[in-house]
Amino acid sequence: MTPQEEAAYDFPHRHLLGLKDYSADDILHVLDQADKFLEILNRPIPKIPTLRDKTIVNLFYENSTRTRLSFEMAQKRMGADVLNFSSSSSSVQKGESLKDTIRNIESMKIDMVVVRHPSPGAPHFISRCVDAAILNAGDGAHEHPTQALLDIFSIREKTGRLKGLKVVIIGDITHSRVVRSNIIGMTRLGMEVMVCGPRTMMPLFIEELGVTVSYDLEACLEWCDVAMALRIQLERQGGGLFPSQREYHEKFGIKKRHLREFPDFTIMHPGPINRGVELESEVADSPRSIILNQVTNGLAVRMAALYLLSGGKRE
Amino acid sequence: MKAQTLLSGEDLDRTYMRLAHQFVEPFDKLDHLAIIGMQTRGVDIARRIHKHIRQFFSVELPMGVLDTTFYRDDFRTKMRMPSVQITDIPFDLFGKDLILVDDVLYTGRTVRSAMDALMSFGRPASVRFCCMVDRGHRELPVTADYVGMFVPTHLNEEIRVETMEQDGRNAILVVKKEEPKT
Repeated sequence: MTPQEEAAYDFPHRHLLGLKDYSADDILHVLDQADKFLEILNRPIPKIPTLRDKTIVNLFYENSTRTRLSFEMAQKRMGADVLNFSSSSSSVQKGESLKDTIRNIESMKIDMVVVRHPSPGAPHFISRCVDAAILNAGDGAHEHPTQALLDIFSIREKTGRLKGLKVVIIGDITHSRVVRSNIIGMTRLGMEVMVCGPRTMMPLFIEELGVTVSYDLEACLEWCDVAMALRIQLERQGGGLFPSQREYHEKFGIKKRHLREFPDFTIMHPGPINRGVELESEVADSPRSIILNQVTNGLAVRMAALYLLSGGKRE
Repeated sequence: MKAQTLLSGEDLDRTYMRLAHQFVEPFDKLDHLAIIGMQTRGVDIARRIHKHIRQFFSVELPMGVLDTTFYRDDFRTKMRMPSVQITDIPFDLFGKDLILVDDVLYTGRTVRSAMDALMSFGRPASVRFCCMVDRGHRELPVTADYVGMFVPTHLNEEIRVETMEQDGRNAILVVKKEEPKT
């Protein structure tokens, strides 16, 4: 590598706390790098030594399958040492505070922390307590930046473009961190975003984020290039936001007949799917669904994010 | 900054032609020979040699592209991570006689990382190394099998291999960096 080639994109971030801090160029740089990481997953030996001198802690204060496994796999593929922490089996149960926990873990000389926490802003708080690079893997109903990055990556992979693309996000807009990160990222990249769901799940003033609101699913499907259904998060709501899952499905579930009636849109879902609620099974498994691509792409996107944030030690 | 052109245009193309013949020379059959260009300018150089081999010997050798960023050993000294480029090796390496092509051989660290990278794609029968310019100052015990030209250099000089694809012309230059003013 000669000095001519060192003049690369100057990625200015130390953490990935939310897409709010990332410009359109920053987001596109992560996606372009993720493209290169996708190739590694198909090698006969899909492992690279890039992070072999790094120790990464996965700090999960909330349940997760996909995100945690995806992060752990990405870290192991890149040769990092991985520590897994889940609050249910730790001293958090004895009343240790978040600050004390993270300070203690930092004393073991760690380089990066991947954190999921039920309180919005917890990753930001941690980034002020310790010197490690912090990646937000979901904080309350605030942001879930790697999910949005992998969603946008998957859309670009499928359609080949982003600017001007029409995306409708359907479901519980109020309680979803995936929505928040996606709206920020997509609008920054010049995509048109519409949100659709029951009025009880639609936050006031959501238009301020630069999206349009609709309560008519079929009008949305007619309009959009991509339809992203969100999981109905039964654990996050006190209940009573809609009469029954069956009624929700009647009004906001994407059904088999929609595939016939609207032949163009692509189907996405961040998982886990409640089959028969957000999506009928035939829809989730149809060739127009890119739900499983989202999972593979999630690995590549997380590898890229870990790579970009692993640069050098602070003086 | 003072730049001096060492080779360009047709003179440089003769070097490419010589390398094309040298690549083929030790082999009775060309069935197992393949060329891998190292990002970025090594790829352009490899493509040019590949083209000459096609013209002279009427064979289409398999050709791959390798980015060694993941295997570099200088991450710890840098705050910003270098951008990763495409790796694309569209053939099975097993049993192949590979020739790695890069623009400048200097410390030897890039070739070392390239060999590491190659091994995660399979087990080639042999790997040879070709550089357009060998400028000396090795930090690792490696050497090139094929060399475009030897250029003895000072540490404050920089060798630039420019390619049509990246720089709009084919040339080899030596650039003298200005002494820091004291």
